[in-house]
Amino acid sequence: MSTDHGQTPSQAIGPFFAHGLIPEQYGYAFTSLAGTALASERTMGERVRIQGQVLDGEAVPVADALVEIWQADAEGRYMHPAAPPRNVEFTGFGRAGTGADPHNRFLFDTIKPGAPQTGHAPHIHVFVFMPGLLNHVSTRLYFSDETSANERDNVLQSIAAVRRNTLIALREQSDEGAVYRFDIHMQGPLETVFFDL
Amino acid sequence: MTSKPFPGRDWNSHPAYVSPDYRSSRLRAPSKPLQQLPDTPELHAGPHFDGNAVRQLDNDLLKNGAHDGEPLGQRIVVTGRVLDQHGQPVPDTLIEIWQANAAGRYIDRNDDNDAPLDPNFLGAGRAATDAQGRYRFYTVKPGAYPWGNHHNAWRPNHIHLSVFGPSIATRLVTQMYFAGDPLLEFDPIYLAVPAAARHRLVAEYSPDVTESGFALGYIFDIVLGGAGKTPAQT
Ligand SMILES: [Fe+2]
Repeated sequence: MSTDHGQTPSQAIGPFFAHGLIPEQYGYAFTSLAGTALASERTMGERVRIQGQVLDGEAVPVADALVEIWQADAEGRYMHPAAPPRNVEFTGFGRAGTGADPHNRFLFDTIKPGAPQTGHAPHIHVFVFMPGLLNHVSTRLYFSDETSANERDNVLQSIAAVRRNTLIALREQSDEGAVYRFDIHMQGPLETVFFDL
Repeated sequence: MTSKPFPGRDWNSHPAYVSPDYRSSRLRAPSKPLQQLPDTPELHAGPHFDGNAVRQLDNDLLKNGAHDGEPLGQRIVVTGRVLDQHGQPVPDTLIEIWQANAAGRYIDRNDDNDAPLDPNFLGAGRAATDAQGRYRFYTVKPGAYPWGNHHNAWRPNHIHLSVFGPSIATRLVTQMYFAGDPLLEFDPIYLAVPAAARHRLVAEYSPDVTESGFALGYIFDIVLGGAGKTPAQT
């Protein structure tokens, strides 16, 4: 056996992942690990919808992207094995395929996370996978109504001011409640800030 | 409060985002350098999925899509370990599996490859690592299939794999190839990987793993990032 413990290289997700990764959303006969609804009736916190598109270098919405999110609960706690147990199951993990929506949007129904750590503003981790993307990209969604927390967040503040807005989801009020708009631009003047992760 | 930067991706192992021979990367790869993050505890945690997410037939793609018979094709068993960069096993983590059938056709409604569907094959499954980091699943060897990247382009035989690992930094989506496939040297997705790291994507045939009279055995170890540089490199 080799003693080489170099990392296994990333490869593109390919166009035909839906039956394996988001089968219920696309109507394939397999169970989904996670979907677009993160909060149950018993989950504490403000109900919000996260909505956006993934746009390519010609600003065309991508129809075959997988978007994953991971977030803390309303009290800023992440669910993971080392974390203390809590009353209500909230994994904080969601998955959406952009091909399931006529406008190629991803739509997550979740709760607004609390601030996870002193000095950090509330945010949601966002990961994008699609054909043509040999490594997935990682970004963070911050909230437009958290101005003062955002101004103190050392990650946001480490980003050049001109690009910082690419990480701020805009809060809008719809008939169904609060919606945060968060478009992800792969290239171009509005290219989203992606993290080395 | 300042903290040290989180060690980013190992670009000696991973493909560059912009790989012009892979045509769809041109408009989809980020063009600006990645932003470094400070090293904070949340980068060492992530969504947790383990054996509880694996139902009885999930790791047997020979059975989980069968309706009135067995899927056609060469039966294979794939096993290996999930390791961190120090060679330590990654226990209790989930691997998701998806692939084309033996004829090179996906069940996906958007797959317009003119090859037959197999009514007894779904091409999706899950497996979890045990306490030693070992996983195992059964399937058929997927067929090669044509795609539109360039004239007469064919993808080599491959199985798509998604692994969580312990943190959001260990997340990996990759493809497992088969030793000796003549299509590898023409495949821009495989060739986008730095040459010295490509062999890590190729499963080895193993007579020990092969099950007598039933299935050919392949070994595929997976090494995750996210834990920083190995001691030898620092
Ligand atoms: Fe594929």
